[in-house]
Amino acid sequence: MKNLLASTALVLAFAVPALAQDYTPDPAAKQGGEITVTYHDDVATLDPAIGYDWQNWSMIKSLFDGLMDYVPGTTTLRPGLAESYDVSADGMTFTFHLRKGVKFSNGREMTADDVKYSLDRVTSPATQSPGAGFFASIKGSEKMADGSATSLEGVKVLDPLTVEITLNRPDATFLQVMALNFSYIVAKEAVEESGADFGKHPVGTGAFKLTDWTLGQQLVFERNADYWRAGEPYLDKITFQVGQEPVVALLRLQKGEIDIAGDGIPPAKFTEVMGDPAQAALVVSQASLQTGYITMNLNVAPFDKPEVRQALNMAINKERITQIINGRAKPTGQVLPPGMPGYDPAFAGYAYDPAAAKALLAKAGLPDGFETELYVYNTDPNPRIAQAIQQDLAQIGVKASLQSLAQANVIQAGGEPDSAAMIWSGGMAWAADFPDPSDFYGPILSCQAGGPGGWNWAHYCNKDLDAAAAAADAMTAPEQTADRMKAWSDIMAKVMADAPWVPVFNESRYTMHGPRLGGANELYADPVATPINFDYIYVKE
Amino acid sequence: MASYLARRLIQSALILLGVAFITFFLLYILPADPVRQIAGRSASAQTVENIRRELGLDQPFVVQFLRYLAGLVQGDFGRSYLQKTQVAELIASRLPATLLLMAAGIGCELALGLTMGIVAALTKGRFTDQMLMMTSFVTVSAPQFVVSLILLYVFAVQLSWFPVGGYGTFRHLVLPAVTLGILGSGWYARMMRSSMIEVLATDFIRTARAKGLSRARVILRHALPNAILPVIAMIGIDIGVFMGGVVVVESVFAWPGIGQLAWQAIQRIDIPIIMAVTLVSAVAIVLGNLLADLITPFIDPRIKIR
Amino acid sequence: MSVALSDPTRPAGPMRRLMRRKLAVLGLVVIGVVVGAALAAPWLVAHAPEEQMFDGLTLQGAPMPPSAPYVFGTDLLGRDLFSRILYGARTSLIIGVVANGLSVLIGTAVGLVAGYFQGWIGAALMRFTDLMMAFPALLLAICLAAIFQPSLWIVALVIALVNWVQTARVIYTQTSSLATRDFIAAERTLGASTGRILWHHILPHLLPTIIVWGTLGISTTVLLEATLSFLGVGVQPPMPSWGNIIFENQTYFQSAPWLVFIPGAAIILLALAFNLVGDALRDVLDPTQRGRG
Repeated sequence: MKNLLASTALVLAFAVPALAQDYTPDPAAKQGGEITVTYHDDVATLDPAIGYDWQNWSMIKSLFDGLMDYVPGTTTLRPGLAESYDVSADGMTFTFHLRKGVKFSNGREMTADDVKYSLDRVTSPATQSPGAGFFASIKGSEKMADGSATSLEGVKVLDPLTVEITLNRPDATFLQVMALNFSYIVAKEAVEESGADFGKHPVGTGAFKLTDWTLGQQLVFERNADYWRAGEPYLDKITFQVGQEPVVALLRLQKGEIDIAGDGIPPAKFTEVMGDPAQAALVVSQASLQTGYITMNLNVAPFDKPEVRQALNMAINKERITQIINGRAKPTGQVLPPGMPGYDPAFAGYAYDPAAAKALLAKAGLPDGFETELYVYNTDPNPRIAQAIQQDLAQIGVKASLQSLAQANVIQAGGEPDSAAMIWSGGMAWAADFPDPSDFYGPILSCQAGGPGGWNWAHYCNKDLDAAAAAADAMTAPEQTADRMKAWSDIMAKVMADAPWVPVFNESRYTMHGPRLGGANELYADPVATPINFDYIYVKE
Repeated sequence: MASYLARRLIQSALILLGVAFITFFLLYILPADPVRQIAGRSASAQTVENIRRELGLDQPFVVQFLRYLAGLVQGDFGRSYLQKTQVAELIASRLPATLLLMAAGIGCELALGLTMGIVAALTKGRFTDQMLMMTSFVTVSAPQFVVSLILLYVFAVQLSWFPVGGYGTFRHLVLPAVTLGILGSGWYARMMRSSMIEVLATDFIRTARAKGLSRARVILRHALPNAILPVIAMIGIDIGVFMGGVVVVESVFAWPGIGQLAWQAIQRIDIPIIMAVTLVSAVAIVLGNLLADLITPFIDPRIKIR
Repeated sequence: MSVALSDPTRPAGPMRRLMRRKLAVLGLVVIGVVVGAALAAPWLVAHAPEEQMFDGLTLQGAPMPPSAPYVFGTDLLGRDLFSRILYGARTSLIIGVVANGLSVLIGTAVGLVAGYFQGWIGAALMRFTDLMMAFPALLLAICLAAIFQPSLWIVALVIALVNWVQTARVIYTQTSSLATRDFIAAERTLGASTGRILWHHILPHLLPTIIVWGTLGISTTVLLEATLSFLGVGVQPPMPSWGNIIFENQTYFQSAPWLVFIPGAAIILLALAFNLVGDALRDVLDPTQRGRG
């Protein structure tokens, strides 16, 4: 039902901003073809409200869609299921106009009711979604979280193709959240039919649909012929084989049996592959939106002293560490990765200077160094990196003993406020949920995340910076973008002045694919649809 | 006999209950919090508490355990924390592959190991014996990953005689079974050799030879049945080992067995899966030992079931 | 000098007879070398086992094969493998020999008692063995490591507490069979005490099994320790053990085979050495073979 009386003040309608840079289709792309992708771990779930690991992230993106989307291979927003949207003057009310004729894989047309249902579902505690917190800025989300409401007050269906979402505060990241997997639209009847098994029987509006899942062995995606983006996807069928050891997957790739080794090139084979020009040509390497860092727990002495933390920043030989992992990363001195808006290429960080580090330690009253613990995730190459760090620390008198543990244990230790003194984040290193600097602050550097169970393992709490972050995220107008990014750069620079972390490197993603496959490099190392954007790759024949 | 069987089955049920309790308890006191794993990295404290409540993990230990037992009785093993799938379904999907590999693997172990052991016993002290025993040591000490990968590389990747891992046909089974056979044969070879040497030295055998029976007959009809006794016990042990999962071999050959499931579950503290796998392998172990104890009197009639 | 020692008509004691066998001596020498290396490691090596040397890696970050000055080559962090192998001998001896030996002893005791006495004590012990076999040892190890600090002793304890079941099952079967033999019944009629029967008549026949488990077990427990340490239960990096050197480098065996084969050879050597000594001991103590050695 059309709402003729606009209840909010001046509605500024503008065509979806600056989308001159929407995707230009690849002229070489061909329709048709089937490929095989291998993974080691079984796919956990394909329920967009629940799936949150790097493996199912892009698979879910291929099965479902959200109101917003990204230009493939980039971090630029573009319209998704919402072909346009209006924002109120105060930036708190968004009205999304949905595309007509979008079909779910069960044949039914998508409407605004489905959008409301999906958002209600993801914020409902019964769904146990790990992403419920992303929707905190939607009005009514607190009532959903504590169970006093069963529907989001701020999400209103105006007519079958129009949804109005009201926020409880201005949020510059809101559109990014609308492009996040957790906000993807699901079909209500399919959820009700499958119940908790919806993750195994997904029904969405995406470019592919799931046609077969043999637990522990393989999944098959088939092209959605009715996909609303004309011409996409190019592939007819994708077979995902699971339970494949990465070294064996590489052998099969070299033999031509599979098309993409989903887990990447195992460290043991890296030098061999990159040393062979024929194979190296098939490898796509891209810096990912990820930073590897050492956290220092401010609650554990002597890391409460800023000089100590700064000293450790100067003690780590990042070049040598990068050499140990065969150069698969770039050393860094700041929190944000290159490619993330807000990254400051001019920021130098702390230079490697062990002598100065020792002097600084002495100034802090610790001329003979101290003993501490370094936690690390036990999968190769992280223990090696941790041992390299250990040696660097030993050179300035800091004796760190290692705790190489399963991931769950490291995360647990990190969440305890008084526990892990130092953690090497490798293997769990923060990679962006969405390409916005606030995602690198809120969950891992804010005061709130420093409580028990949070991922702010340094338990760093700077209330001034929290306020600055909130202020930056309130700059919602598009013309404020540049200022907002400047504000974020400042915040991150101040974080480094306090030095709760030692940022070490930004890992590069290496994806190897078979010679049959085509498509721009960015699609194989997509910063958003990690790791691979299945909708746009194709088979060259 | 019937009363013996009944007694053993009751004892087995008690053992399973004991294992369930101990496992549940150990998982309960583990400091790592599974809810935080499920809730993921971006969850607020509220979300974490909501999930804890939804999964019933805020209840006291006894309540949780009794709930679990109640579910078990109905065949409900719960849902995996991280996959949200019914655990029963996960295990059922991998059980056939696991049992198949177990049977084939033990078969290969026995074929290789027993042959090596018998030959070594018959050529005791000579070069063949020493070489065979050296081989046993090498195969037992060899890292499983390396051996599996070498066999896969040579026979599947290079020679293409077999598929490069996977599941479905007999040809898929050959390499993983033979690999397991090679890796495990050393134990059977050593035990068989020891056992055979012991038996061959007894008066019983010497009498048989003195009576003029052929060597082959003596070995097969008289020595072997006596020597094989400890091997039966070892097969019982092996069943347990296989059910616990031969993770490395499964991983290299992409064999969808329980081992991979269990290993991932332990690292991620996926409690329902860990419980289910432990119980399933406990059943296999208990039954395996029971079977071994039932068969033994047939091999050595002097051992009575009491 | 007493007369007895030089009296040729007096049969030599077991130790003497053992020393006459060349292979046994070889085995003892190897064991001695390993123990000596483990104890004297700090004085025998040029570099500390955890020292990551700049010239230990190629420019691309690859390890160096055995060559001067690194006799066994270097590992992925540029550390001297020779040093790590020597220091690693300590863990391997503690795990492979002490822990494994203990578990074999416990297993033998349990199997022996259960197999000989049968009845309710036999049943109770065997059901307890079943329970321990089904016991989630890995979980126990993880819990222990979480409560106390992870250490080699936890691994050793878990191995000793849990690995004994395999020996127990086999010993049980063999003892059950032996206990029913005529000569045992004969001894009993003659009034021999249970202890004497067990020690003099049954145990010697079990010795071969004990040796098999005691020697092959060295290899499997050393490799098991690596898995447990990986899960965070045992030794933490950079402390080396033969098992964890293999474990952390096994995916590299094509490009850096020395990192797998050298520690592997060390394990095999140690297990073989014990086997040679054990076999010789068995021959020497074997009542049916006395007088022939």
